[in-house]
Amino acid sequence: MRLFVIYTVDGITNGMVYAAVALALVMIWRATRIINYAQGAMAMFTTYIALVVIRHGAPYWLGFLVALATGLVLGAVTERLLVRPVESRPPLNAVILSLGVLILLEAVAPMLFGGQTQSFPVPVSNIDFVVGTTSLPVSPFAVFTVGAVLIAMLLLFLVFQRTTLGLRMRAAAFNPEIARILGIRVGRMLTLGWGLAALLGALAGMLAAPAVYLYPSNMDEVLVFGFTGAIIGGLESPVGAVTGAVGVGLALSYVSGYIGADLAPLGGFVILILVLMLRPQGLFSFGRQRQV
Amino acid sequence: MLEVAGIDVHFDGVVALDGVSLTVREHQIVGVIGPNGAGKTTLFNAVSSFVTPVTGTITYRGRSLIGVPTWRLAHLGIARTLQGLGLFPTLTVLENVIAGAPSRARLAADMLGFPGSDRRTETLREEAMANLTELGVADRAGAYPGVLPHGVQKRVIIARALMARPSLLLLDEPASGLSASDVNELIELLRTLRERMAIALVEHHVDMVMAVSDTITVLNLGQVIASGPPDEIRANSDVASAYLGQAVAHA
Repeated sequence: MRLFVIYTVDGITNGMVYAAVALALVMIWRATRIINYAQGAMAMFTTYIALVVIRHGAPYWLGFLVALATGLVLGAVTERLLVRPVESRPPLNAVILSLGVLILLEAVAPMLFGGQTQSFPVPVSNIDFVVGTTSLPVSPFAVFTVGAVLIAMLLLFLVFQRTTLGLRMRAAAFNPEIARILGIRVGRMLTLGWGLAALLGALAGMLAAPAVYLYPSNMDEVLVFGFTGAIIGGLESPVGAVTGAVGVGLALSYVSGYIGADLAPLGGFVILILVLMLRPQGLFSFGRQRQV
Repeated sequence: MLEVAGIDVHFDGVVALDGVSLTVREHQIVGVIGPNGAGKTTLFNAVSSFVTPVTGTITYRGRSLIGVPTWRLAHLGIARTLQGLGLFPTLTVLENVIAGAPSRARLAADMLGFPGSDRRTETLREEAMANLTELGVADRAGAYPGVLPHGVQKRVIIARALMARPSLLLLDEPASGLSASDVNELIELLRTLRERMAIALVEHHVDMVMAVSDTITVLNLGQVIASGPPDEIRANSDVASAYLGQAVAHA
């Protein structure tokens, strides 16, 4: 029973990191109908920048803020300079473009930061809480991880649902032509959407790095698991994406714990393939089938 | 206030508009009629910068609109509705209408939730409710557009366009799909709105256009075949043969 609790807590913690990635993918999909395969690589890059800041003697929190700010800028610049020119082209152009950005970032990172695996600091202890002589199956860093993602989601929810800016972003994503007639600068809304998505990705990068370490392709698996969560959720639904991603986190944790850690990545792919075969529109989507 | 002079619009070598001119004066209602494919909506699309004329000029209060991005028009006081309904199905009626207020650069303030931002949101909400009240659909503010009758959705679209506080309102087929009584109410509404703005409307409902317009421009195959007050248009034999037919001759 204790093992089950441990695996469950681990699953939820990892799942929340996947959820941040999944939500970022959903935001970009809803705004521009593009799957950003470079989401993980962008997060890797911003995490490296945070590490450089921290290694130069700055406190963790400054590195944390720099990573988020860099993510916002990187996402916005990517949309403005690279995605915008292909937005009206066939979807495959954008797919190849985002794969190109992924390859570029993973190639440039070792040149700038070194290719070896590096450890990454935590802001709070990642040793499990101890009450009396009993060790609880949860660490302060796990609490921080879950809390940080929840707060980020809450803030995004408030921006999208409660502000006129969020209203305009939703309008621009839903129908750019009408949004323009209403005086909405659709281009700006899309740039901001990409920026916010990359900020969320940067958060995922900072939260994943202490466990998976930092190297140029460290976020590849996280991206696949986040993507799987987003697909399970139907790619359109933020709530579905988060639920799907936490589900993936739990499933992988049980596979890893009860069967073998080496099988966890395989488990992720099996879930992805099963969902695409059995319910390609996702578990939370009731619309038409989608090509992935 | 709006002066379209001799514009040509081509699509892949096909002439969609050929030397079309249109004048809208302050507080005037101008109707644009013509058979399907005559170029009515293309004319509005040229004014809205969705398409760029190859020749000719479009000026609004002395300022050229050619090359002006679509989003800026609402800020200049030109609002437009589209032929389809064009409401956002995932937003409530009230949210749809609020989305019609031209945005300002308040990005940081909105995101950080500054008090000024809240006040502005509240002002927009009040303005949107006032517009919905004027259109007689305030009781549907919380509903989603998909569940509303067609006539109510049409009113919501006009309420949304009014959020730009336009000086010029372009209506693309406002009467399509409306019942006879709804059309009569629409005519009354347009007569009220003209106190505040000029209106240009593209419409198939000829009787409605005749009833409400000060001047009418008739398009056929991308060209203006007649332009003038309703009585003149009704008496024009070219118009009758090209478009209006016996139905109007008897009207």
